[in-house]
Amino acid sequence: MKDGTIKHATILGVFCLGFGLVLAVTDRLTVDAIKERAMEDRLNSLAQVIPAGIHDNNPVTDAIDMKNEQGEEVTIYRAMKAGQVTGVAYEVHGTGYGGPVRLMLGLDAEGHILGVRVTAHKETPGLGDKIEEKKSGWILKFTGLFLGNPPADKWKVKKDGGQFDQFAGATITPRGVVAAVRGGLEFFAANKTKMMGAK
Amino acid sequence: MATDYQRIVKDGLWDNNGVLCMLLGMCPTMAMTTSATNGLGMGLATAVVMAASNLLVALFRDRITQEVRIPVYILIVAAMVTLVDLTMNAWMHELYKVLGLFIALIVSNCLPLARLEAFASKEPVLNSLLDGIFMGLGFTISLTVIGAVREIIGSGTLFADASLLLGPAFKFLEMRILPEDTGVLVMILPPGGFLVAGLLVVAKRILDVRAGKGIQMAGAHSV
Repeated sequence: MKDGTIKHATILGVFCLGFGLVLAVTDRLTVDAIKERAMEDRLNSLAQVIPAGIHDNNPVTDAIDMKNEQGEEVTIYRAMKAGQVTGVAYEVHGTGYGGPVRLMLGLDAEGHILGVRVTAHKETPGLGDKIEEKKSGWILKFTGLFLGNPPADKWKVKKDGGQFDQFAGATITPRGVVAAVRGGLEFFAANKTKMMGAK
Repeated sequence: MATDYQRIVKDGLWDNNGVLCMLLGMCPTMAMTTSATNGLGMGLATAVVMAASNLLVALFRDRITQEVRIPVYILIVAAMVTLVDLTMNAWMHELYKVLGLFIALIVSNCLPLARLEAFASKEPVLNSLLDGIFMGLGFTISLTVIGAVREIIGSGTLFADASLLLGPAFKFLEMRILPEDTGVLVMILPPGGFLVAGLLVVAKRILDVRAGKGIQMAGAHSV
């Protein structure tokens, strides 16, 4: 019995060690490439909310970390031209029908929206997923707006007395998105100096 | 021997199909078949992992003792999945963006584990490799068909985004079958998965009975 136990333990141990080694080597070989790919992905998604024309830096390396009102860490990607901050982009999230909706919000130095894009969501296909840019143009309507245009009490879907369209059969999703964008603008207004300041 | 290989191929693709006969791997089957392309991607990734882990277990089958075989099998499947995940993320990133979601899910699929236990632990290396490949392909076909039915009825398209998965050369596969906004939403939602998978199981049995085979016992060749 005792011999058996030792034998089984050895077999299991050798397999764990062997595959552990294989995985460690693979991880070593791929870690740099994976980091590079992740950086490219982030730059690509930032490029949709920060036009290439307004910056000559890498917004990912010039990012700063801040805390929002809920105490969560938010990474502020900063677009700079000739050392001046010309725009910022950061992730905001709202509550949709199927869970959190994550959005990337891009603003210029005055706090006007350069663009909003959905980065992750679990909304119902065919109803709530019209917030995706490739499904409908709804999300593009935010471009150019700011706090004050429309006025604060109009930052709602039409059903709640605001100015944004809801979708047929889906109100909760756009309501969550509008609230998230508005929250993101208020966050900018409250922290403008820090976001615009030097690193 | 030739008939032996034929048997393995036929078992994997039809007679003992992982989804339609053994009813294994139902979790990815339900979750990932919202479109034909998703089903195809999930199936292919699973087939690669199944072939590799079947091969490894068959190689070491005399070394692995009865008492520790299950942890060793799980270790091997998990290691293969991680390996595929890392290499694809690093060197096939475009494909990874489409398939990445599916790969980690393979660990939770009981079909690879069932084939290791029922087949690869007893059979020679080449047979096991073949079994892994064809069981994987059978799984791929079932998922693609379920995905295709759900996609056509649910969104009115077929193989949407196939060019993202297979490369621009496969753009011709992307079709619109029904006019826009006519889809029956429930087919894309979870109930659609159960409905279509269930109907396909029935269809397979009817075909088998017609062919005079009688109803095959589910899992007749498995554990």
